[in-house]
Amino acid sequence: MAERERALTPPAGGVFSARAQVMSADDLRRAVTRIAHEIVERNHGLDSLCLIGMQTGGVPLATRLAEELERIEGTKPPVGTLDATFYRDDIHLRPLVPAAITEIPFDLTGRTVVLVDDVLFTGRTVRAALNALNDYGRPKAVQLAVMVDRGHRELPIRPDYVGKNLPTKRTELVDVSDDGVMIGEVTPR
Amino acid sequence: MSPRHLLSISDLGADGIDGILRLTDNFVEVSSRQIPKVPALQGKTVVSLFYEDSTRTRLSFETAAKRLSADTMNFSVSTSSVKKGESLRDTVETIEAMGIDAVVVRHGSAGVPQQIATWVDAAVINAGDGWHEHPTQALLDCYTIRQRLGSLEGKRIAIVGDVKHSRVARSDVLAFTALGAEVTLVAPPTLLPPSLEGWPVEATTDLDSVLPKVDVVYLLRMQKERQHEALLPSLREYTAHWGLTRDRARLLADDAIVMHPGPMNRGVEIAAEVANLPNAVITQQVANGVAVRMAVLYLLLGSGVDLAA
Repeated sequence: MAERERALTPPAGGVFSARAQVMSADDLRRAVTRIAHEIVERNHGLDSLCLIGMQTGGVPLATRLAEELERIEGTKPPVGTLDATFYRDDIHLRPLVPAAITEIPFDLTGRTVVLVDDVLFTGRTVRAALNALNDYGRPKAVQLAVMVDRGHRELPIRPDYVGKNLPTKRTELVDVSDDGVMIGEVTPR
Repeated sequence: MSPRHLLSISDLGADGIDGILRLTDNFVEVSSRQIPKVPALQGKTVVSLFYEDSTRTRLSFETAAKRLSADTMNFSVSTSSVKKGESLRDTVETIEAMGIDAVVVRHGSAGVPQQIATWVDAAVINAGDGWHEHPTQALLDCYTIRQRLGSLEGKRIAIVGDVKHSRVARSDVLAFTALGAEVTLVAPPTLLPPSLEGWPVEATTDLDSVLPKVDVVYLLRMQKERQHEALLPSLREYTAHWGLTRDRARLLADDAIVMHPGPMNRGVEIAAEVANLPNAVITQQVANGVAVRMAVLYLLLGSGVDLAA
């Protein structure tokens, strides 16, 4: 789930006020290009590779990465979406976003899955996603691509591809959109 | 705020119904997976407390709970201490003392789920009470209509049959009209409710004149156990006037759908071959029932979903 949505949906709900822009739209584009090259390099091509965007923030990013990969390698890897809400250990804290649905129209068994999300924070979403993926097949490998790694991990999880490492306070919120990356605070309503 | 119980469609309102239907999409996806099970309700216990016979509703709730990894317990009157004369309240309190999170109740008397809700802390789900309501049936009907026709707004729906004794009809009328559909009740005069005051519906006894105009024809089960009440001369006469025979089904528009809550009396309210037409969505209703009940259980058992959001 995109940080913005999570923070603005009850019961956590509040108002997001941006303080500073940490990546522009151009920075974002360059980061996508770089990550795409890293994915190709690390996996020696795109054979049996697929992208899975985490609902909701990772979905547009996964689509952009797939387009970039197609530009570089000439073939477009299949793209799916994953909503891991049902696998969370803090299910009551993170409400489900209706219509943010898992869609993986291909078998994962034997594939290299690149999980894509906008922000990596505690790592709990990724933990839930790893569980969820197992219900769709047994991937050969799972790699993790995120636009922003903001620290504060609560689980032994690390990303394979990072757009930007961003030191943050726990109370801050990082918002990734097509226009760039903003950092700010949420004030409760 | 999320509701605590699901007792009546009227507690939900249009937004509440819409919220559950949108949530249901997520569970239709879960049900379509190779492994149709998620750990969302791990450690929760759901009890079905059925004082009346049921196949689909009980199994549907049980399947829904299991697909969410909840534990399920089954209570059926014939094998319980109710036979020894235990009262409803004692039975409910005994079950609650075992530590449960939700009770799915079916009872022959209207209002029993409401009453139980005042006694227990667990979430109470009405799975049919007397002639009163059957809210999850109405929700799955709405979901099925949406799936086939896109929306209920402005759709014309005929509910045909024993409206008077039907909790399904009552919940459906509330849900369909809340979502903007126009409902016409079609039944012999003896099987219409004595008063339609306050119901935003029309009523008629002439099925043939209604069929060409509707988007949905919803057939109710002809409750054979009502036969001895002398409300009808005979089942054959009922079929002749109000059954959806093959000839009558031809009056329907091409894209109109045929629905039935089950169990069907083939050859009475619906002809055997009509039930098998591509426009009959009866098995789809059953499939959607599981997903809708998953959404309801997930909503009530501490998911934090806010229907108003």
